[in-house]
This record gives sequence, C-alpha cells and structure tokens, in this order.
Amino acid sequence: MLAYIIRRVFQSLLVLLIVGLVAFSMFAFVGDPVDNMLGQERTQADIERLRQQLGLDRPFIVQYWRFLEQAAQGNFGLSYRQGRPVAEILMERLPATLELAFISGVLALFGGIALGIFTAIRRRGTAANMIMTLSLIGVSLPTFLIGILLIYVFSVELGWLPSFGRGEVTDLGGWTTGFLTASGLKALILPAITLGLYQMTLIMRLVRTEMLEVLRMDYIRFARARGIREKSVNFRHALKNTLVPVITITGLQLGSIIAFAIITETVFQWPGVGLLFINAVQFVDIPVMAAYLMMISVMFVGINLIVDMLYFAIDPRLRVDRTAGGH
Amino acid sequence: MTKTAILAAALLASTSIGASAETLRWARAGDSLTLDPHAQNEGPTHTLAHQIYEPLIIRDMTGAFQPALATDWAPKADDPNIWVFNLRQGVKYHDGSDFTAEDVVFSITRAKSDNSNMKELLSSVVEVRAVDDHTVEFVTDGPNPILPSNLTNLFMMDKGWAEANDSVAVQDIEGGQTTFASTNAMGTGAYKLVSREPDVKTVLTQNENYWGKDDFPMDVTEIVYTPIQNAATRVAALLSGEVDFIQDVPVQDLGRVGETEGLVVKTAPQNRVIFFGMNMGADDLANDNVEGKNPLADVRVRKAMSMAINRDAIKQVVMRGQSQPAGMIAPPFVNGWTAEMDSSAKTDSDAAKALMAEAGYADGFSIQLDCPNDRYVNDEAICQAAVGMLAQIGVTVNLDAKPKAQHFPLITNDQTDFYMLGWGVPTYDSEYVFNFLVHTRGEERGSWNGTGFSNTDVDAMIVSLASETDLEKRNETIQSIWNVVQEEQLYIPIHHQVLNWGMSNAVGTEVSPEDDPKFKFFTMN
Repeated sequence: MLAYIIRRVFQSLLVLLIVGLVAFSMFAFVGDPVDNMLGQERTQADIERLRQQLGLDRPFIVQYWRFLEQAAQGNFGLSYRQGRPVAEILMERLPATLELAFISGVLALFGGIALGIFTAIRRRGTAANMIMTLSLIGVSLPTFLIGILLIYVFSVELGWLPSFGRGEVTDLGGWTTGFLTASGLKALILPAITLGLYQMTLIMRLVRTEMLEVLRMDYIRFARARGIREKSVNFRHALKNTLVPVITITGLQLGSIIAFAIITETVFQWPGVGLLFINAVQFVDIPVMAAYLMMISVMFVGINLIVDMLYFAIDPRLRVDRTAGGH
Repeated sequence: MTKTAILAAALLASTSIGASAETLRWARAGDSLTLDPHAQNEGPTHTLAHQIYEPLIIRDMTGAFQPALATDWAPKADDPNIWVFNLRQGVKYHDGSDFTAEDVVFSITRAKSDNSNMKELLSSVVEVRAVDDHTVEFVTDGPNPILPSNLTNLFMMDKGWAEANDSVAVQDIEGGQTTFASTNAMGTGAYKLVSREPDVKTVLTQNENYWGKDDFPMDVTEIVYTPIQNAATRVAALLSGEVDFIQDVPVQDLGRVGETEGLVVKTAPQNRVIFFGMNMGADDLANDNVEGKNPLADVRVRKAMSMAINRDAIKQVVMRGQSQPAGMIAPPFVNGWTAEMDSSAKTDSDAAKALMAEAGYADGFSIQLDCPNDRYVNDEAICQAAVGMLAQIGVTVNLDAKPKAQHFPLITNDQTDFYMLGWGVPTYDSEYVFNFLVHTRGEERGSWNGTGFSNTDVDAMIVSLASETDLEKRNETIQSIWNVVQEEQLYIPIHHQVLNWGMSNAVGTEVSPEDDPKFKFFTMN
C-alpha cells in the first residue's frame, strides 16, 4: 500500500515537472513582456536592462530552474502586470472561480441526474424528446455564445440579472464570497448556467443511457413482477446502479469545469483565476502564467491521485502484495 | 407591445437612478496597471491617475492646454535653457498637506529615475529646482521649446507622503518589492481613491476641498470603474443600464447603442494613425520571392503599393464609416500636419501597375505582411482588405496576424519586411513622430523605425528640432522632413482611428482625442 502510494506520488511529481518544463518552453512564443512593460517610448538600453534584470536573456531551462527554486520556497515572484506577489493575486482570485465552479458543478450534477431520469422513464414523451433535442444545443454551442445569448435575453431584454461581475462580495478573512448577498447570488446565475450547461447535458445523457440499460435488467423486471411500486423501482433499484459511472465522470469533470471557466469568466468579466490567466497571456505576464499552470496541474494531478487511491481502496485485487505474486 | 413598454420603462428607471445619485459607472476594456503614477506610460493607467493626481499642465477634453497645478509658464527671459513654472497657490493634497515646489522637484526627480517609465519624456531635463515655494525652474540640456507638452501626464506626488510610506523609488518589479504607492494613491486631483481591486472595481469619490471645485462642472460625485474586457458584454452592460459610460464601443454595435432610447454615442477623431511600414533598408528580404534584391528598396514599388490601397473602401467596408482616410502618418491635431499632405493619398491601380512595370516588377512579387490582431480597431480585417487590394497590382501578400505581444517585437527587432503599426502623438508635435519612426534606428532615437530608412541629413534635421527656439524656423524644418517622408513613401498611411464613447444621455462630455475621460469636466443631468 505504502509503496504504491509513494510510487504514485513520485509519478505525480514527475508529471508536474514536465508540465512546468513544457510551459516554460512555450513562454518564448507568447511574446515579449518587456514591450508591454516599457511602453512605446522606451530605448534599446531600457529593453536590454529590463530583459537582463528579469532574466529573460537566459535559456528557458535556466529560467525554469530559477522558478522552481523560488517556488519551492513559496515565492512565485511578482506579476509583471500588476507588480504584486503572484501568490497573493491568485489567492484573491481563487474564491471567485471555486464558487462559480462549485455552483456549476452542483447544477450540472443535480440538473443532469434529474433530467436524465426523466428522459429515461418518459422516453417516448414529447417533453423528454424536446429535452433531448435541446440538450444538443448544450453540447454543441460554444460556451461564449451561450453566455452572450443569456446576457442578451436576461440582462439586456428582460433586465433581470446582471451582465457582468460578481455583485457585492463579503470578505470572510481572506475568502471573498458572493453567497451572502442578494446581488452576489444573482450575479452567479448566468455564469453558472453557462459554465455548467455542457457538463449538465453530458451527465443527463449519461444517466439516461445507463438508466435505460439498467431498466432492461432482469432484477428490474422481477422487482416489477413482485409488485413493487414504480417509484421505488425507478429510484431505489435502478437509479442507485446508474450512479457509479456518473460519480466517476463528475469527479473527472470537476477539473475541466475550472479549466473551462476561462471562457465563461471572460464573457461575464468574472474576477476569477481564468480571467487573470487570459490577461496574463495578453500581457505576457510570465510569473502569473507559470503559477496558474502549475496550480491547475497540481489540481488535476491531485484529483487523479485521489481517484487512484480510491480505486485502491475499492478494488481488492490491487491490494495483493506484488512481491509475493508469481503469476 | 407591453413588453417593449416595460423594457423602456425599466431602462429609463435604471438610468435615472444613476443620474440622481450622480454616480458615474464607467467601463472600458482594460484596467489601470498600477496606481504608481510614474511606473507605466500607458493610456488606461494615466486615465485613472488623472482623476486622482494632477500634472502641472493638462489637456482638456478637446486636447487644448489648460493650467492645472501650474498657473503659467514661460522660458526664462535671459536663459533659453530654463523654463519657469509658477505654481498654483493654496492647493492641498487629499490628506490636507500643502502642494509646494518641493513636491514638483521630488516628483520630477522620481519620474526621471531608472525604474520610471516616464523618463524618456524628461530626457532633456538636467535639473529641476525650487526657486521659492511656488516657483520651479526646469533646466534643460539645450533650449527645449516643447517641454510643456511633455508634462501633461507627469503627475505630482506629495514628497512627505511618499517618504512616510517608503515609496520614494518607483517600483522595481524584479527587485521583488511591492510598494505602497502602487496600491494606494494620494494626489491633489478632483477625486479621491475609496477602494480598488485591480481588474475588478475601483471606486473614487469627489474631493470636497478640490481647488477647482468652482471652476469645473464637477457634477460627478462618485465614480465606479469596472473594466469589462469582452466587447459584447461591455455593450450589454450599457444597454441594460448597469453602467452609464463606456469607452471602446465596437464599430458593429454603434448603431445598436445609438438607436437605444436613453443612450448616445459620441464620436471624435482619435490621436492615432494606422499605417504600414516597409523594410526598405535590407539588401534582400527574408520572406519574399525575389532573390538577391529588395523590391521595397525601390521608391516606385512603395508608391505603387500605396496607390493600390483603396482607403475609402476600407473606411466603408471594414470600418463601417468609422475612420478618416490618411495621407500622412500624423494625426490632425499635431503640429506639422497639413490637410494637403493628409489628403495626398490617391488610389489608382493603373498608375500603380505602370510604376511596378517601370521598376521591373511587372509580374509582381510575393511578400509577408505582419499584422496585430488585438491592438487596433479591426486591425486584422484591414490587413485582409489590403491583401486583396495589393493582389490587383501583382503583389501577393501572405498575411500573418498575431497578438500584439508577438507582433511588436518583430518591428523592434527588425524581423519583419512589411508590417502594420499605429501611432499616437502625446506631445502633439511632429518631432515625436520623427524621433521614433523616421530617425535612423539607434540608441536614443528610431526605436520604432522598422523600415531601415537612414538618411544623415534627415537625422540632423530631426535632432535640431529638439533645441530650435525659433518656432518659425522649427516649423520649416518639420515641413522639410515631412516632404522627405512623403516623397520617399516611407510608410503607407491607411487612416486615422475614430473614437467612440457610449453613454447614458444624462452624461455630458466631449470625446477627447487621447481617449482619456477626465471626469471633472463631465456634466450630469
């Protein structure tokens, strides 16, 4: 067990290092930060001085090593764009993204399961067919278009919901939340729908397929034959058995919700890490880009590690001590 | 019918609430990069700083000089190397301390320091000294007739405040230190900083003790500034009444905003001209199909290419009427601009073809055009239009459009043969254009001259502008330099950009050519 975990942790670290290496080799192609930092009136001497100061004249391997050295000490440098510590900026922006991702995830999970069950049980009904057709929109329309359509309908035409920003936020000692004010909650609705729609339709279609599969099983037929109420058959017997793959998918999709947030945050001017990253790319703010990419990869690698360990706990076959095995 | 009535009522209600509170909710694409007034020489950063800090001289909403912290200024009678500024009396900073000559000396010295981004504007200044509490002398390295126009974005900080808060030096990002002055602001301006979350929201409130309280409208009592990057969202926020005033209205949405009841679009020519540059200096171009020589080195080819561009078509089709075709690379406000030169660009593809044949390129050639795609209004679309127009005279153009962060280094590092560039002239004088775009590329000047053009006579004339005090003679030199630029077809001018501001009709302002609203001039009703 311990050896397995140590091995997995070691592999995860290796993945992180490679992600960082690839990221740093790409930064050279994003553009030159010095140009943005100095403005149009700079002289050649200024450019060289700053480039040298920032270490941009050195090969990317050296820049990467310096980044790792400092990151290991918890220092991610200063943002070229804002001139403030990157760690501080990320911590400021993270709550917005996590709250949005959380609400979107909840929406996708519960909305997806409910609609999935409905369309499976009433699979020949008009409503179910309409939902299935509409779900194609969720799968195929790009996120930014959905966002802009929602803004047009609910902000411009109806005037019900704000078109941008996070509303009033409350500061709970380092964590800003929009959950505690009416305007904060209202501001969450449109971005959460935009971000969660794709995952919701995905989960809905998954639940529907699984349900249809399970409903054909013998034990469901026998349950019906035993005279158990339809509701009980559907929800207690069938649904339970469809949820295992749904939970797996949801776990894996959590990472991509946070990653997809980049587009949603840009459309709604949502002050999270995704918007921060887009700004960083446009300005070639290397410290922010590097820290964001490392943060996202730590998250993905972490989720995978946890999933792996859960499998280990669930699947007894993995627990067999391999040194003793001889098959 | 009812629905539209409700909508109209809702819109009216929301705009009237905004007006009665006299809060102006303002959105534009980008945020200020820092509150430190000397750390960045950049539009949105200066715009925010202008509300809180003040320079000695400002430009009003039409671009004309207006006294701010200086009441009057003139070269010293017996020494042309010295400018004397008389400072406004009784001005107080937001914290109540007095504005004095000492603060001017401190601020200018700070702006000249190594980490400052404003130091190029002060390169001619050798020394700043306080004569008494309200008189300051600027000593320059030679007579500098246009020094005042370099000072309109140079903000005055309080020496005591900077010293008390460890912000004497301009922030040095690599040094790893953050400074108090980059996240806090304390000036003499009409508005005080209440709160600020970078890229999210900045709130300013009126300075009750502002020296000019009775001289300016000062109708706006509170400013809420939210950057909204996405153009569609920015327009939606204006249409839904969530903001009262937006900059950077996309040209395709102008009609929609203008037709909405309660909203207006105001338009004015911007201080920015868009043009193409050509690498005429290289012996052979990297990305063309002509071996052993450089087609762009021939002035006939450059002239032919300029004639191939149909500026009116670009204006009508690409810009939806929102541009002003240009014949020279200086905006119309600039000293040295003439209507004659600006209207000199003619479209004539037959004459262009004849010139190409004369130069030995009857069959044309191919070349790569580098173009930004996130810097100017419809930049990539302009380049696409030019590709089609140049094809008519046999010039096959491969378009390579990139984000600005990758595009601009190509120009400054001599890695492009044919490129788009836009230029604004903050000093409103042609010397600025010549220094950066015409002078031979070197240490001090010519940093944006990607053409390889180098003419020692022209260089000498450009250098002489800095110290020529006889304004008539100086203007003559400016004209002769322009004549060379035009004759050599150094650049292919396209158009002057037009600025659009969208606002609730309660807001009253003119559109400033610098795209920098100064809210003390705004009226609200």
